[in-house]
Amino acid sequence: MHEEPILKVRNLRKQFGSGCSHCANLDSNRLEKNYCTVCGTVYAVRDVSLDLYPGEILGIVGESGSGKSTLMQCLYFDTDVASGEAYIQTPALTGTNVFELSSQQKRSIRNHDYGMVYQNPVHGLKMNFSSVGNIAEKLIAAGNRNVGEMEATSKRLLGNVHIPLHRMKEEPRNFSGGMQQRVQIAKALSNNPPILFLDEVTTGLDLSVQANVLDLIKKIQRELGISMIVVSHDLAVIRMLADRTIVMLNGEIIEQGLTDQVLEDPQHAYTQQLVYSLL
Amino acid sequence: MRANTHFAFFDEGSKKEIRRATLKAVAIPGYQVPFASREMPIARGWGTGGLQLTLSLIGKTDVLKVIDQGADESVNAVSIKKLVQETTGVQVTDQTEEADLIQSRHRIPEIPLTKDQILVLQVPMPEPLRPVEAREYATKRMHSEDDYSGAWLMLFEQIVKYGKTATAADHPVYVNGRYVMAPSPIPRFDNPKMHQSEALILLGAGREKKIYAVPPYTAVESLAFEDYPFAVESFEGQECRLCGSAHIFLDELIDQKTGETVYQCNDTSYCMEQLNSTEKAGVENSYA
Ligand SMILES: Nc1ncnc2c1ncn2[C@@H]1O[C@H](COP(=O)(O)OP(=O)(O)OP(=O)(O)O)[C@@H](O)[C@H]1O
Ligand SMILES: [Mg+2]
Ligand SMILES: [Zn+2]
Repeated sequence: MHEEPILKVRNLRKQFGSGCSHCANLDSNRLEKNYCTVCGTVYAVRDVSLDLYPGEILGIVGESGSGKSTLMQCLYFDTDVASGEAYIQTPALTGTNVFELSSQQKRSIRNHDYGMVYQNPVHGLKMNFSSVGNIAEKLIAAGNRNVGEMEATSKRLLGNVHIPLHRMKEEPRNFSGGMQQRVQIAKALSNNPPILFLDEVTTGLDLSVQANVLDLIKKIQRELGISMIVVSHDLAVIRMLADRTIVMLNGEIIEQGLTDQVLEDPQHAYTQQLVYSLL
Repeated sequence: MRANTHFAFFDEGSKKEIRRATLKAVAIPGYQVPFASREMPIARGWGTGGLQLTLSLIGKTDVLKVIDQGADESVNAVSIKKLVQETTGVQVTDQTEEADLIQSRHRIPEIPLTKDQILVLQVPMPEPLRPVEAREYATKRMHSEDDYSGAWLMLFEQIVKYGKTATAADHPVYVNGRYVMAPSPIPRFDNPKMHQSEALILLGAGREKKIYAVPPYTAVESLAFEDYPFAVESFEGQECRLCGSAHIFLDELIDQKTGETVYQCNDTSYCMEQLNSTEKAGVENSYA
């Protein structure tokens, strides 16, 4: 690819805990997985760099606890990073490490440039507000003050993710898991963001519902050309959606490449184990 | 023997601390200033926030008016007046123009207030964002970042569900174009009275330990969407059955005998004054 990445991440680190003399020197391999047995610090994301290109779906796969969600939350500014840089390819932000912006500026990026679908719908939706309201929330945050316009946009988006018209004013807490994820997707799309983060969108859903949601994501990529990072621990999901794939283990990237290559010809022993156990 | 011998109930230190919070509130219009809410001889939730403001402000020559939902004679208003009077000996009044300190629950008097008056409003719930965000540290951050999506979202929900803004009272306002504030449970009818008010308006929440303010001549704008403009309660074509006033906030009552809906001034002292003046005019006319 010759294009400039739309999102460029460099040396991102995130830890829970302050570290100690035993683990502070990050070069040494003195951790138990991602965890310091002396002070209990968790090194959830360790020196992660990645590029997301316009219109592509980048898959991130890895076992439970490998740091996928933490990475997404860092990128979406839900949590502060320990160190690292991220650059977004928009005229106003060229050359700016977005992690260093004020929280107001970060909020503006979230409202205009990013969409997020959380692993757990509770984090992405207000369960006791109407589905229409949940989508309007993002439009309001981006500055819209016209009820008619926002209601129409919300209904169109909810229609696109197959929420029946008569249930649009219902609260998502009454909905099934699959429906909740679809409302989250509609919400994430409401401001036509160039970048979409999807964290385990299909985990815990029935197989038929899963297929439904995956089709929807494919369709969004095809029709809207949105760039996406799709996190999953399910290789089947990654195989179906992702153009390129990153494999994470204990907070680090251990392998990356075109999805087909990674899955057909894994290099790292861990990936080999992962791929062959699936077959 | 009276256990408390301080003027205005509190010792000077306590009053000073409340005044300090008040000054900060005046300096940052609409911003909720935390204060060490004190134990009062009335229960929290019964106007202790307003009462603490009143007691910290009142001087020997002040004239006090206390109203509860428009009424000067309600049990609540009377017991607050009693407490202040017993500990200060100040004069109390029902007449809005006569008072220089007015403590009120749920209403702003109909007669426009002047620069020589202070209005103290009792506040049960000072945080306009609480219905969307339960955590205090989160709402504090929202205020600091001017993030009021939540307040707008609540109005949006009401419109989507009921076809109109359904806030019966406590409709949120932007103060000085910066902080979104709960105006206390006054009817929407009273919101415009806060805008560019000549009188200083202080709001006190005892249980929630917050003081905030609208200084004189401050812009106060009710939140409203482009296509759903802010509107006050309408009493179009209605008037008070007692004094005949229109264009004021009316209570809707059911006449016990006839079963008819009738209207009556909510602001009882205003009603009384109208009655007195028409009576006087009537007497004067009959002599003319
Ligand atoms: N708030 C937190 N405090 C302490 N440790 C945390 C916190 N959040 C996550 N962690 C730890 O960080 C590591 C990475 O967790 P993360 O949720 O990012 O993994 P994941 O790859 O998304 O896993 P899963 O597939 O189960 O969703 C784990 O060891 C987790 O226990
Ligand atoms: Mg996760
Ligand atoms: Zn350590």
